[in-house]
Amino acid sequence: MKGKVWKYGDNVNTDVIFPGKYTYTLMPPEEMARHALEDLDPEFASKVRPGDVIVAGRNFGCGSSREQAAACLKAAGIQAVIARSFARIYFRNAINLGLPVIQCPEAVEALEKGDEIEVDLQAGEIRSDKGNFRFPPFPESVIGILQAGGLIAFTRQKLREKGII
Amino acid sequence: MGKTLSEKILSLKAGREVKANEVVTVSPDFVLSHDNSAAIIQEFRQIGLKKVAAPEKIVIVLDHVVPAASEKHALNHKIIREFVEEQKLPHFFDIEAGVCHQVFCEQGFALPGLLITGSDSHTTTYGAFGAMAIGIGRTEMASIWATDEIWLRVPETIKFNLKGKLQPGVMSKDVILRLIGDLGAEGANYKAVEFAGEAVASLSMESRMVMTNMAAEMGAKNGYFEPDALCLEWLRGRARKEFEVIYSDPDANYEAIYEYDLSSLEPQVACPHSVDNVKKVNEVAGTSFNQALLGTCTNGRLEDLEMAVRILKGKRINRRIRMLVLPASRQVYLEALKRGWLEILAEAGAVILNPGCGPCLGAHMGVLAPGEVALSTANRNFKGRMGSRDSAIYLASPATVAASALEGQIVDPRSYL
Repeated sequence: MKGKVWKYGDNVNTDVIFPGKYTYTLMPPEEMARHALEDLDPEFASKVRPGDVIVAGRNFGCGSSREQAAACLKAAGIQAVIARSFARIYFRNAINLGLPVIQCPEAVEALEKGDEIEVDLQAGEIRSDKGNFRFPPFPESVIGILQAGGLIAFTRQKLREKGII
Repeated sequence: MGKTLSEKILSLKAGREVKANEVVTVSPDFVLSHDNSAAIIQEFRQIGLKKVAAPEKIVIVLDHVVPAASEKHALNHKIIREFVEEQKLPHFFDIEAGVCHQVFCEQGFALPGLLITGSDSHTTTYGAFGAMAIGIGRTEMASIWATDEIWLRVPETIKFNLKGKLQPGVMSKDVILRLIGDLGAEGANYKAVEFAGEAVASLSMESRMVMTNMAAEMGAKNGYFEPDALCLEWLRGRARKEFEVIYSDPDANYEAIYEYDLSSLEPQVACPHSVDNVKKVNEVAGTSFNQALLGTCTNGRLEDLEMAVRILKGKRINRRIRMLVLPASRQVYLEALKRGWLEILAEAGAVILNPGCGPCLGAHMGVLAPGEVALSTANRNFKGRMGSRDSAIYLASPATVAASALEGQIVDPRSYL
C-alpha cells in the first residue's frame, strides 16, 4: 500500500499523540482518530489518509503507557510508524494492536513530509523516490502477534490451541 | 560473571538461568491497573474467556479521574466495579484509596524479589522495594488476565553509584531530575537502572520511591534499589505474601556505571516541554508561573507535605499563585490531617484536593488555560499535559515548589529552611 509521509521530530510523546483528558472513558477507535496528534499537529486528524506513514526521530511514543496513542494512529489509517527509535511501552503497544513500528534511521534521514512511500513488511523494505531502505525483520515473537492481527487475536488463538476456549 | 537483580528475578521466574537480551515467558506475582481497567475488561471479553486466570494477582485502584468528573468517567468506573464483583477480585480499591502507586506500596504488594507488571508507565515505582516492576499497555494486561503470563526481554542494567549526602532543602527529586537530564529521556530505554552506593542509606523509602517512579522518564523498563534494613522495616506488617530478598551479584555485568556525589547537588528543575530539559533552579530563578502543584505519585507523600509545611507555616503564598495540594493516598491525607499539616497549608492559601491523579494529566481539578505556566512536583511536563496545548510545566521538588509559591516566582528553596 502506498501512502504519504507525515514527518515529526524526536521524543514525540504520548500526551501529544493522544491527550490525557480523553483517556479514561471508553471511546470507539474512530473517535480516537479525531484526536490523534491533536497537541502536536492540529491539521493531522482532518488531512490524514488511509495508508499514510508517520516518520519520526528518536524515542517515538515516550511517556504514558496509554494505548490510545497507538490505537488512534491505527484508526486514522496510518499503515506504519517509521522512527529512529521507539520508547519500549509504545513499541509493545503498537505491536499488540497490529500497528507495525519500524526502526530505520536511514529512511528517517532521507524522507520528508509529503513524500510518497510504500512499506513492504514481508520484504523488510521501504520504497520511495528518495531511495529504498531495508529494515531488519521482526523477531519471531512479534511476527506471531502481527500475523494474528494483534495480541488479543493471538491470545485467543493460543487458548484455542490449548483447548481452554 | 555474576547476575544483576533483574537477571536473577527473571531466571527464577523462567525456571532457567537467563542473561540480558534473552526472551522469557513468565508469570507475574501481581498485576496493577487503574481507571484503564474498563478498557482492559473490553479487551479481555474479546478473548472469549469467562474467568480471569489468577484473580488473586489482580490489583485495581481507581485514581485517574476520581471522583468521576463526567457521566462518561462515571460509567467507566461502574464497568470496573461490576467486573470486580463478577470475577470476585479480592484486591480492589475504590476512589477513596489514593493514587495506585502509593496504594500498591502501602498495602504491601510491592515486595523484594517479586515480578510486577502494571498498565501504567510509573509502575517502576515498586523497584524502591527491590521488586522488578514493569509498565505495560492495556491489551497486554488483558492477555495477562487471560493467560497469567507475559513475554519479556531480560534488560541490560545501568548502575548509578550515589555518594555523599544531600544538603538541607535538596531532595531526591533533585537527584533524579539531574540523572534524567544527564542520561536523556531515552537514556535507559529498554534497560534496568540500579540506584546504589553509600548515599542510599540516607534516603528514606519515600525518597527512593520518587526516584524509581521517575526512572520511567529516562525510558527504563524497571528501576530499583536493593532492599536494606530500612526497607524491610517499612514492609513489616504490610507484606501481602512471603518474599525472598534478591540482590545483584558483586560481579554482575553492568552496561554502564555512573558516579554521583550528592553533597554538591543544587536544586534542579525540568523546564518545558521535556523531562530531560533539566537546569539548576538558580538558572531559571525569577521565572513566574500561575499554578503550583504539590502531590501526585511522585511527590505526594508525608515527607513532601512536611517540607511544604516547614516552608509555608504561618505564611501566605503569593496572591498571584493558585496552589493545589494533592496527597498521594488516603493514609497520607489522614496522617497529614492528624498532624495539622493540611490546616497549615490551607491557611497559607493552598487548595487541598482529594488523593488522585486529576490535574497531573490535565483530566480535571485544576487544568491550565492557554499561556499559563505550572510549577509541579509531578513527573511529566509534556506540552499540553496539564491542560491547554499552549501552557507550560516546570517540574521541581516539593521544597522548590513551596518556596516558589511563597514568592510568586521560581526560587532556590535552601534559604527558606
